[in-house]
Amino acid sequence: MSINGKAYIAGAYEHPSRISLDKTLPQLHAEIAKGVLEDAGLTKDDVDAYFCAGDAPGLGPINMIEYMGLNNVRHMDSTETGGSSYIVHVNHAAQAIAAGHCNVALITLAGRPVADAKEGKPARFFNPQAPDLPFEMPYRFNVVNMYAMCAMRHMHEYGTTSEQLAWIKVAASHHAQHNEHAKLRNVVTVEDVVNSPMVADPLHRLDCCVVTDGGGGLLVVSPEVAKSLKRPLVKVLGAGEAPKHLAGGHVDLTYSGACWSGPKAFEEAGVRPADIKYASIYDSFTITVLETLEDLGFCEKGKGGAFVSDGNLISGVGKLPFNTDGGGLCNNHPGNRGGITKVIEAARQIRGEAHPKVQVPNCDIALAHGTGGLLGARMGSATLILGSEAA
Amino acid sequence: MSTEQKNKPRLIVNSESRPYWEGAANGQLLIRKCNSCDKVHYYPRTICPHCFSDDTAFIEASGNGVIYSYSVTRQANPPYVIAYVTIDEGVSMLTNIVDCDVEKVHIGQKVKVSFLETEEGYALPVFTPV
Ligand SMILES: [Zn+2]
Repeated sequence: MSINGKAYIAGAYEHPSRISLDKTLPQLHAEIAKGVLEDAGLTKDDVDAYFCAGDAPGLGPINMIEYMGLNNVRHMDSTETGGSSYIVHVNHAAQAIAAGHCNVALITLAGRPVADAKEGKPARFFNPQAPDLPFEMPYRFNVVNMYAMCAMRHMHEYGTTSEQLAWIKVAASHHAQHNEHAKLRNVVTVEDVVNSPMVADPLHRLDCCVVTDGGGGLLVVSPEVAKSLKRPLVKVLGAGEAPKHLAGGHVDLTYSGACWSGPKAFEEAGVRPADIKYASIYDSFTITVLETLEDLGFCEKGKGGAFVSDGNLISGVGKLPFNTDGGGLCNNHPGNRGGITKVIEAARQIRGEAHPKVQVPNCDIALAHGTGGLLGARMGSATLILGSEAA
Repeated sequence: MSTEQKNKPRLIVNSESRPYWEGAANGQLLIRKCNSCDKVHYYPRTICPHCFSDDTAFIEASGNGVIYSYSVTRQANPPYVIAYVTIDEGVSMLTNIVDCDVEKVHIGQKVKVSFLETEEGYALPVFTPV
C-alpha cells in the first residue's frame, strides 16, 4: 500500500535548548510533545499513536506514554535505527494511518548528552551481546574514526578532497548564522575547516557535528485531521528505509543505505532528484552528506565532491539548498542522533516558515534523509519526501 | 609485541568466538568457511550469512592482506591506526595497524597479521606493514 497522500505532517517542533542541565530526559520528551501539539493545534487526548526510539527512557514507548498521560494510544512503535529512527517512524506512522490503525501519531526525540557528561553520568554503551562487538571493540573504534575511514576510501577511489568536504560545513554555517538557537553561528570558510585540528584522518574538528541536548517532535496525521487544522499542509509523498552492513566481510565504505532507501522513496513519491527544491541530509560528519547526496542520485557516484563545492548547497546561491537550519554540523544534533530535526526543517520549508534568509521560494517538494549507526560499519538509512498540497 | 597500546586489550569472549581467540593465542588467524556454499565470511558465525547453512567451520587464513581503508586517531596519545584490511581469502576485517610509522600508512599497503596478548590470556590479531 502506498502512503502517497495518505498522511500529513501537522506538527513540527524543535526544542530550543542546547544544554538541558535543569531538565530530566522524560521532561524534555514531554515539553517536546507539548510544543508539537501546540504547533498543530491539537491536544494530548487527540493522540492515538506514539512513536519513540532508544533515546526514550523505559520499556519502549510504555513509560513515556504513562509519564505524558497519553490515554488514547491504540498504536505504538519503538523502532530503533539510531539517527534515522524518526524518519522510519514517519514512514511507519503514515503506513499505520493509511491502514486505518490511527489518526494522530506523535513522535518524540530527546537527549541530554552534554548535561549527562557534566553530571558524570556514563555515556550510553554498546550491548556486549551485539554479535560484531567482540571483533571490533578491541580495536578502539569510535564514531569519528569509523566515519573517517569512509572519507579516506572515498578520497582514494574518487579523488575527493578535504576542501570539497569542507564546503559542506561552510554551507551549513551560512545557514546557521540566521538561526538564533544554533550551537555554532559563525560563518566559516574552507580554510577554517581544513585548518581545524585533525580528529581522525582525514576528518577535522569542523568536519564533525555538534553535541547538543534538546530534541524535537512531529505529528503525523490523517488527511481528514490535517485539513481540519489551521496550519499549512505538508503532505507525505513517499518514504523508504534500508539497512546496510558489512555483508559477511565484503566491505565497501563508499556508499550508504541511501542507495536503497532513496529510490524507494522517489518511486513512491513519483518524483526525481531534480524535482527536490530543498533537502535535509543527515550530517553527523561532512562525509555523511557527501555519500548520501551521491546515493540519493543528486549527482553521479564519485562526483559528490564537485557537487557540494562553491556553495552549491547554500540557499539562494546553489542548486540544492540543504540543512537551512544549520543542520547537525552547526545547529543541533540532540542526543547524538538528530534525525527528527531533518524532518522539522523540511516541514518548515514546505510551510514557508523557514528563516526568511534561507527560505526556498515556492518550496513544493522537499526531502529529509536520516543515517543511523556507523557509516563505516552498519547503519539504518531512511528517506522521506514531503510536498505541499499542490505537489 | 607492539608498544602502542599501553594496556593489554580486553576481549569479549563467548562460546561462538572463543575458538577464534584460542587460535590467535596459537598464532593463527582463523576465519569461518561454509561447507555448503564454500564461501568464507568475517566476523565468524556458526550459521553462514551467505546461505544460512549451519555446516560451517574455522579455517586458518594466510595472514596476508592489503589495507582497504584506515584512519589515524590523533586525539589518542600516542595516535593509533584503525583499518579495514582485506585478507587474501577475500574478506575485510576491522583491525589496527601496529609497529608502523603512522604517517606512512596508506590504502593498498601490504600487511601481515601479528598478535597482541590480551588481558584474558588470549591474543588479538592485528596487522603490521610487510
Ligand atoms: Zn554458506
